[in-house]
Amino acid sequence: MSARFSVGEPVTVRAAFPTPPCHIRTPFYIRGKTGKVERICGEFRNPEQLAFGNYAADVIPLYRVRFDQARVWPGYDGNPKDTIEVEIFEHWLEPAPGDR
Amino acid sequence: MPHDPHEHDHAHDHDHDDHAPVTEAEPNGPYQHLANATRELLIEKGYFGPDDIRRMIERIDERSPALGAKIVARAWTDPEFRARLLASGRQAIEDTFDTDVIAADLVVVENTDAIHNVVVCTLCSCYPVFVLGRPPDWYKSYAYRSRVVREPRAVLREFGTQIADDREIRVHDSTADMRYLVVPKRPEGTDGWDEEALAGIVTRDTMVGVAEVPTPA
Repeated sequence: MSARFSVGEPVTVRAAFPTPPCHIRTPFYIRGKTGKVERICGEFRNPEQLAFGNYAADVIPLYRVRFDQARVWPGYDGNPKDTIEVEIFEHWLEPAPGDR
Repeated sequence: MPHDPHEHDHAHDHDHDDHAPVTEAEPNGPYQHLANATRELLIEKGYFGPDDIRRMIERIDERSPALGAKIVARAWTDPEFRARLLASGRQAIEDTFDTDVIAADLVVVENTDAIHNVVVCTLCSCYPVFVLGRPPDWYKSYAYRSRVVREPRAVLREFGTQIADDREIRVHDSTADMRYLVVPKRPEGTDGWDEEALAGIVTRDTMVGVAEVPTPA
């Protein structure tokens, strides 16, 4: 499997809120936010399947995405250069071509 | 005559309030019963013995931030190692130090005059136990996990750490398979110090990013 996104590419985290029971490692606060791929971490088994005992879970790319804090938190009180980096699995990301 | 419980005039030679009450942090709820039953079954079926579990717990408990401090001191003094460490943390550490196999990829980030890094796991308590030992309680608290991502400067101030307004603060949320180690800024006044002396001033909190290494007196 090859990575769909490349380093530096703008991406938006899906604003999805699946109905429990589920095990999702995409934090609520980052869903719907747009950032840029900081690095491709490699490929790991999908925790959403692993959590239910499926040890043959799909192996999928994991990214680190860098977000501007000012775009994550309304009214962010800090240096406008402040950033936050979050690990996000590929199926939670969409291209954000308008955000170069 | 029965003793009047309100008649309480004898001298106290001890303080009743000098320690917190002993409480059960995690009552024996359904998950604890499940874990106990699973462990007992695995022992009964001979997968491992009680001593194996005890030894494993001891090994985990014995880990400390000492390896992390050595790694930072080496990075401060050896530019070639520093470059390898920042490029591929796990590989550089396994190639250089006598350590157990490291269980996860390690992202190593470096504090500079322009950037200060701080690490959190908002979803649970992911922490690089293999280089820093067991995480402190505050790292696992809801307060730290929920606040450091949205008001890192305020949280760092509560740790006594003032980050200049013009330095970028970069928060790392350890949400999946990576683990994180911060290489703090080497303080002034340590020129010519050897690795051992340098490792002696690197603390756990500086490698999580909630503190900086102070300039030695």
